[in-house]
Amino acid sequence: MKVNGVQRAAPDDTRLLLSDHLRQELGLTGTHVGCEHGVCGCCTVLLDGAPVRSCLMLAVQAEGHDVTTIEGLARDGSALHPVQQAFHECHALQCGFCTPGFVMSVVGLLAQHPHPTEQEVDEGIAGNLCRCTGYASIRRAVTRAAELNSSPHVGKSGPKGRDGA
Amino acid sequence: MKPPPFAYHAPGSIDEACNLLSTLEDAKVLAGGQSLIPLLNFRLARPQHLIDINRIAGVDRIYERDGGVAVQALVRQAAVEDSDVVARVCPLLTDAIRLVAHRVIRNRGTVCGSIAHADPASELPAVLLALGGSVVAKSTRGERVIGAGALFAGVFETTLAPDEVLVEAWFPSSSKPYSVIEESRRHGDFALAGVVRASDRLALFGVAPTPVLADPRDPARGLEPSRDLEASPDFRLHLIRVLTEQAFAA
Amino acid sequence: MTTRWFGAPVQRFEDDRLLRGHGRFTDDFDEGALECCFVRSPYAHARIRSIDATAARAMPGVIAVYTAVDLPFGGVDLPLLIPHPNLTHGRTQRCLASERVRYAGEAVAFVVAETRYLAEDAAELVEVDYEPLPVVITPEASSRAEHLVHDDVPGNVAAEMLQEVGEVGKALREAPHRKRLKFRYERAAASPMEGRAVWARWSAGDRKLMVYDSTQSPTSIRGGLAVLFGLPESNVEVIAPDVGGGFGPKIMLFYPDELLVPYASMQLGRPVKWTEDRQEHFTAVNQERGQVHEVEVGFDAEGRVLALSDDFIHDGGAYTPYGIILPIISAAQVPGPYRIPNYRVRFRDMYTNATPTSPYRGAGRPHACFVMERTLDAIAADLHLDRIELRRRNLIQAGEFPYDVGVAWQDGNTVVYDSGDYPTLLDKAIANLGPKPAGDNVGMGIGIYVEGTGVGPYEGAHVQVLVSGKVVAATGIPSQGQAHATVWAQVVADELGVDVGDVEVTSGDTRRFPWGVGTFASRGAVTAGNAMHVAARMVADKAKHIAADHLEAAVEDLELAGGLVRVKGSPDRGIPLGAVAVLSNPVRYAFGGGTEAATQFAARPREGPPLRDGEQPGLEATGYYSPPGSTWASGCHAAYVRVDPKTFRLEILKYVVVHDCGRVINPLVLQGQIEGGVAQGIGGAFYERLAYDGDGQLRNASFMEFLMPYATEIPPIEIDHIETPSPLNPLGVKGAGEAGVIPVGAVLASAIEDATGIEITEMPLSPLRLFELYRLMER
Repeated sequence: MKVNGVQRAAPDDTRLLLSDHLRQELGLTGTHVGCEHGVCGCCTVLLDGAPVRSCLMLAVQAEGHDVTTIEGLARDGSALHPVQQAFHECHALQCGFCTPGFVMSVVGLLAQHPHPTEQEVDEGIAGNLCRCTGYASIRRAVTRAAELNSSPHVGKSGPKGRDGA
Repeated sequence: MKPPPFAYHAPGSIDEACNLLSTLEDAKVLAGGQSLIPLLNFRLARPQHLIDINRIAGVDRIYERDGGVAVQALVRQAAVEDSDVVARVCPLLTDAIRLVAHRVIRNRGTVCGSIAHADPASELPAVLLALGGSVVAKSTRGERVIGAGALFAGVFETTLAPDEVLVEAWFPSSSKPYSVIEESRRHGDFALAGVVRASDRLALFGVAPTPVLADPRDPARGLEPSRDLEASPDFRLHLIRVLTEQAFAA
Repeated sequence: MTTRWFGAPVQRFEDDRLLRGHGRFTDDFDEGALECCFVRSPYAHARIRSIDATAARAMPGVIAVYTAVDLPFGGVDLPLLIPHPNLTHGRTQRCLASERVRYAGEAVAFVVAETRYLAEDAAELVEVDYEPLPVVITPEASSRAEHLVHDDVPGNVAAEMLQEVGEVGKALREAPHRKRLKFRYERAAASPMEGRAVWARWSAGDRKLMVYDSTQSPTSIRGGLAVLFGLPESNVEVIAPDVGGGFGPKIMLFYPDELLVPYASMQLGRPVKWTEDRQEHFTAVNQERGQVHEVEVGFDAEGRVLALSDDFIHDGGAYTPYGIILPIISAAQVPGPYRIPNYRVRFRDMYTNATPTSPYRGAGRPHACFVMERTLDAIAADLHLDRIELRRRNLIQAGEFPYDVGVAWQDGNTVVYDSGDYPTLLDKAIANLGPKPAGDNVGMGIGIYVEGTGVGPYEGAHVQVLVSGKVVAATGIPSQGQAHATVWAQVVADELGVDVGDVEVTSGDTRRFPWGVGTFASRGAVTAGNAMHVAARMVADKAKHIAADHLEAAVEDLELAGGLVRVKGSPDRGIPLGAVAVLSNPVRYAFGGGTEAATQFAARPREGPPLRDGEQPGLEATGYYSPPGSTWASGCHAAYVRVDPKTFRLEILKYVVVHDCGRVINPLVLQGQIEGGVAQGIGGAFYERLAYDGDGQLRNASFMEFLMPYATEIPPIEIDHIETPSPLNPLGVKGAGEAGVIPVGAVLASAIEDATGIEITEMPLSPLRLFELYRLMER
């Protein structure tokens, strides 16, 4: 499988969840595990560009696919991805635990709806739980990210992410 | 919350999957995994063998046939949601898909998997039933078509044989008026109660061990819904009447 | 002081690494750590006949299985954290149960294996023979003493406390109107997105223990581990790294894993990690909120409350490690912003066969607020008075501070409100709420509350200017998302006259700051914030004294601004703070960074030894702040809701908050705290519940059935502020962390009652419950 653009070996243990493989075997601890039954969305990653729950996939199932994690969205030292930048500007994170999952979901949402309506925003981020923010600032961040995405002044990282997506 | 040990199989064809199913004891088909893997993580399901059909090529098509739309085994729910063919031929299915969990789940979950899982509170089995659709089941013994009315046997139970794979679901075209209305606690949750109207046919979900057809004039007749934390039998019957009225008001 | 950064909406310094996936939460630490899994009791009450771990120990990949008999501290009760004279029958659990389990989820054995997968496999092989015993789950059943949770606790009563202000009996007898009411609030769960986790490494060579713990109190964990393992505190380092939400339950200590993980590392010579999964989080982590109140209120024809008597039982759970703080807070906070001339409150803290309780955001207050606000609505209904007008008539007025309520507070003092302006809160909230939306089945709800925040005993801070001119600051209390690294930087930057971006804050790391208490009770801004202020001011004073010699100016004529110490009115006569830091530390060996200026042959601005008596090297200071009493924040929430008359679906049409937490450090951060609190309140009022059955089994221990709201369930919240600075601390701040959640249950109950006519006396609600209550009302 390719993870953030880099070819990685398949796991030996076929019962390993993709979330555990990313965190434990590949050291990509930005993907968080919040419930392990697919409800909280903390573990959301992009599989071939579309957001999925990494706790609801076996790692071995990602063979032959491109996986993008939060670490793959903006290279170290480079500017934040527009979605990340919007989250920062809008104070859309507090403890930061749900944040990578939200960011990945929003990347998917904006790929599907580059200029989402209020309802599309709500439905696009429903599916990720946040216990800190009450969602208001996350809604604002989605709208802001859509602006940043369509702004010529912002680096064209695009809604699909920079690597592998 | 880690899955118990199992033997993992990744067949390259439906025939190979059927072979495995016919020879292995206690095997389970893994499609989208959005229901099965939570059960594994809770260790509520402990199959000895998992047969992952996700590597099988050529079974991810949506196409028109027989005045309806066929959805193959590996078609993700999101693909159906976005499909122009589905929107044209069976817009009821498009509407219903949008009520299934959330987009991120639909990116991975499959239509056929949802039907085979046969959750009584799930939308898609009820849509199939309301429309009078059918599924195609395949095994080493051959292929057969099972009508929706003969498919759902109980809570999480279908009439699929243990060695059969559900390879295709077929939804007849939905002509107006149609609607799917459900009452759920949160957006994307399973329904406390739901109704699907396809012309003058009415199917209910969340109120019986399987989706059921009902008389729109007296939809709650004969039902004995179960009780859970969010709905009593009475409340479910009440909701069914309210939702049916809404569905047939237009 | 200057107010350049204090009060500004500074964007957070924490965000960049968290957004890039470079946060470091406890489970992110690995270093080849062994992983663990608990065997937990499936029964809410049972005698343990035997435990057999033979098969588990024999499984490949298993390193150790611990039961109580394997532990040197296996027979010791865990500490009772907050003893109280009225807690006559305090009981705490043992690390691992060996004779009796008293709640489903109580730890019985601890498996250490190469991976969590293997640990879970092995845990299934541990055979425990239980003899189930009868249970009491609700506080009502407990108060009837149908069965005893602890054989030696008569009537299941852990504590009883009675307080009276004025003459309640007499006032009730003489009141023109009297009313009896009963209110029930169910248990609830905080459910932070990150469960609990502990990582430990024992270094045998230098006898040092290092622990990462997803806790709200690393300093207390460190103290306890040092005592348990007989180590000097300096040999134990406890760090709360990034913590994925706390909301109260992570202030509880010690959970069994907090002892077992370090112990296993010491025994096994390898790093050991335990990360809680979501399922066990539901029963293994403390809960709160279960109370049943019986109220009698006396009032006059104008709706003025003359006397209030409240007798309540508190669902304490199976053990009382956190003492009786929760019912003490409830008892203290029932009167809220209202003038209650005669007030009597009695509580009994009841043992039940359920997970122990300790504070969850709001901590005793949401239920207290519910009781008072529901009572006022009932009076208004009796007298056919407007609910808002009734409240106006009972509010404490702005000129009445300090206002002595006269009942006991959680810090050992009595409740004295320091400042506030409750009538203005109410007026603003009503104005902001605006006219009622058109349509049927719409109701209005309102709730006003006070919140005792910023409790002691103290917090401290260390602030140091580096020779680079950058500033580092540290405090003992950890952040669980409250933006400590940003708001403390604002406080420090103002005192030192530097850019806020030049201040780097560490919090919750005993290596950087070993003293303090923890993050709880909306106390961070008051305690650590003022400690930062104190320490930074000490540094500023020191900088002026050093610079005074250098600039040949009087200390009083100096100011810190623009990264310089400079002469007031002569901005060109200044010295960079970094240079002052150099001068503060006379050196023999220059080590770069300009330190040659402080060597012995460099020009010396003054006579005498390089360090005079009483002087200390380094441009740094450690300061503490210990509050004389709590600061009392307050607020008013109001809402319009629509309840579908057929499906009983709740739609919140408008929700407004007017909040007063004294001076605001960072409005962005404050807004986030309140928005999040209200959302948590909405979840607790209408979506979430802990559904225990009669056998003490939690029936909904998953996010599929414990219905935390998504974005689709939370409406926009409109927030407004007033500022009545606290006179008790230099910054004039009060706490804000819990404010959002407190009145939400009361507000929604009021609005739903108004919309439907259904009398609401309980929390939480749901469409099903409203349907049932509606049916009962129709009968």
